[in-house]
Amino acid sequence: MDFFLQLLINGLSIGFLYGLSAMGFVMIFKSSSVLNFAHGEILAFGAFLFLALATWAQLPIALAFVVTLAGAFVLGFVIERIFLRPLIGEPLIQVIMLTVGLASMFKGGMLLVWGGNLYTYPEFLPEGLGVNWGVIQVPPVYVAAVIIGSLFLLLFGLFFKFSSQGIYMRSVADNQPAALSLGVHVRRVFALSWAIAAVVAGISGIVLGIINGINVHELSSIGLKVFPVVILGGLDSISGAIIGGLIIGLLETFTGGYLSPSLRDIVPYITLVFILLIKPYGLFGLVEIERV
Amino acid sequence: MSRKTLRFRPCGNFKVRYREELAVFETDFGRLWAAAGLAALFVLVPWAATPYLLYVVNLIGISAIAALGLNILVGYTGLISLGHGAFFGVGAYSAGILAVTYDVPFLAVIPLAGLMTAVVGMVFGIPSGRLKGLYLTIATLAGQFIIEYILVHWESVTGGTMGMTLPAPTLFGVPVTGDVSFFYLIYTAVVVMVFIAVNLMRTRYGRAFVAIRDNDRAAEGMGIPIFPYKLLSFAVSSFYAGVAGGLWAYYMISISAEPFNLGLSVEYIAMVIIGGLGSISGAIFGTVFITLLNEGLRWVTDTIMNMGGVAGVELTLAPLREFVFGLAIVLFILFEPRGLAEIWRIVRSSFRLWPFSY
Repeated sequence: MDFFLQLLINGLSIGFLYGLSAMGFVMIFKSSSVLNFAHGEILAFGAFLFLALATWAQLPIALAFVVTLAGAFVLGFVIERIFLRPLIGEPLIQVIMLTVGLASMFKGGMLLVWGGNLYTYPEFLPEGLGVNWGVIQVPPVYVAAVIIGSLFLLLFGLFFKFSSQGIYMRSVADNQPAALSLGVHVRRVFALSWAIAAVVAGISGIVLGIINGINVHELSSIGLKVFPVVILGGLDSISGAIIGGLIIGLLETFTGGYLSPSLRDIVPYITLVFILLIKPYGLFGLVEIERV
Repeated sequence: MSRKTLRFRPCGNFKVRYREELAVFETDFGRLWAAAGLAALFVLVPWAATPYLLYVVNLIGISAIAALGLNILVGYTGLISLGHGAFFGVGAYSAGILAVTYDVPFLAVIPLAGLMTAVVGMVFGIPSGRLKGLYLTIATLAGQFIIEYILVHWESVTGGTMGMTLPAPTLFGVPVTGDVSFFYLIYTAVVVMVFIAVNLMRTRYGRAFVAIRDNDRAAEGMGIPIFPYKLLSFAVSSFYAGVAGGLWAYYMISISAEPFNLGLSVEYIAMVIIGGLGSISGAIFGTVFITLLNEGLRWVTDTIMNMGGVAGVELTLAPLREFVFGLAIVLFILFEPRGLAEIWRIVRSSFRLWPFSY
């Protein structure tokens, strides 16, 4: 029973992080229908930028955090501006291939700079953050992850609900030509959604880095694990991303705990194939009906 | 249509029959060049090349078959596969299992490896029935990881991390060993596979693929059953990967699951993008480009390492290669989305139209 509870808590915390990572991905897909294969690399970039600022530049943690988010924002903006804007209106294949190329480029670049080693952040979380209720023990990093994640989830929820830019973004996601004809600056919305998605990715990168350590291969593989999550949740549903993340996280930890640790990494993809066969638009996705 | 004289230059587009429109070579000029090129390839290359060069040429031949298959799927049918590297691996392992465990002769192993890979490919192609290109990409990504896992963990069949060792292939009782004999073997396969691909694209199947790529709704409206054709395209593409994988397994003698990772799949995608989507020659150009780039980068890193490193900078091949491949994909998509085949066409037509080439 203890083992079960521990797995449950681990699964939920990891799943929550998957959901957070998937959120940025969904945001890009919703506004510009681009499948971003470079998401994991942006995430890793956030983690490494934070590492560089916190250890090499010796900035205070809070400042390093803010600067990292600003850096991720700029990165997202620049990616959209340089690489994706020329492809607006081009076939989908080109756009997807471009993100595959970007992923390979960023990953190679980061490996050239930092190598394949495992780094860790300096300790900065207060000890009292951990939860210890007898059988249920949650390490401080998970608590911090959930707090940071929920905080930003709330922030983004408010942003989409009340700010004018957030409303523009939702309108573009909903119906691009209509938004365009009502005067929404669609290109700015694209740029902004890439920038915000990069910020979200950066946050998830930092949090994942705190938990698992920072390694280019590990972090960029999260970007691929996002696919089972978003397919399960529905490609264009942000709340679906969180729920999908929780389900995939639980599935992974329980498989790792009860069946076999080596099966753990593969189980999300097996699930993915079955979802595609059974319920291809996911739990909360918009069902596209197309008939000839 | 019978002609007495050879035609060297088209003097405008005056085709009056579909036969002429479908002709592989528009003029005899192209036909002669193709024949001369093939003769030069089969006679000059093995005679002039050093062993290392021949090894590179052989690798190009094997990859060209696989890239051709991927181009049928991506370039002609408009479906993106991120699992081509794994399918290549399935071909290699199928060949290994057939040759080692079941003792099947070489000539049967290669097509059988292709067929087994086609079946595996179709399993991952099934989601394409209900979904459009984008979802298939994700399904093949899943396929990549699942196949990699199976290759490593199904130890009783694949030998696990130990891999497999293949016997030398025998053709009509003569064992094939050494780079030169493999050169003839591989390039005969290349010629056969190119011949099949070129002609497949001229049949109703090839035209159906292109119609699905250009507009799947319109294609269905015209009476093309989308799902069987998508699945067929997937099977053909995997068949090519399987044949290439089988040849690779024989050429490399011992195989393990390591090379068939996502990186290899991205490498194949780079080949078809850089070569030119939807072009047979493009797949070959792309393969040559990527393989030479690969070897060039190896040479550069080796030279820098031998010079003792520049100011302690440690340059390793794998990340550099990943970076350069990504950069090449991105640059080609942004600046020449139709790839090297298009550049080749422009160069050729500017020669043909000289002095009025503008």
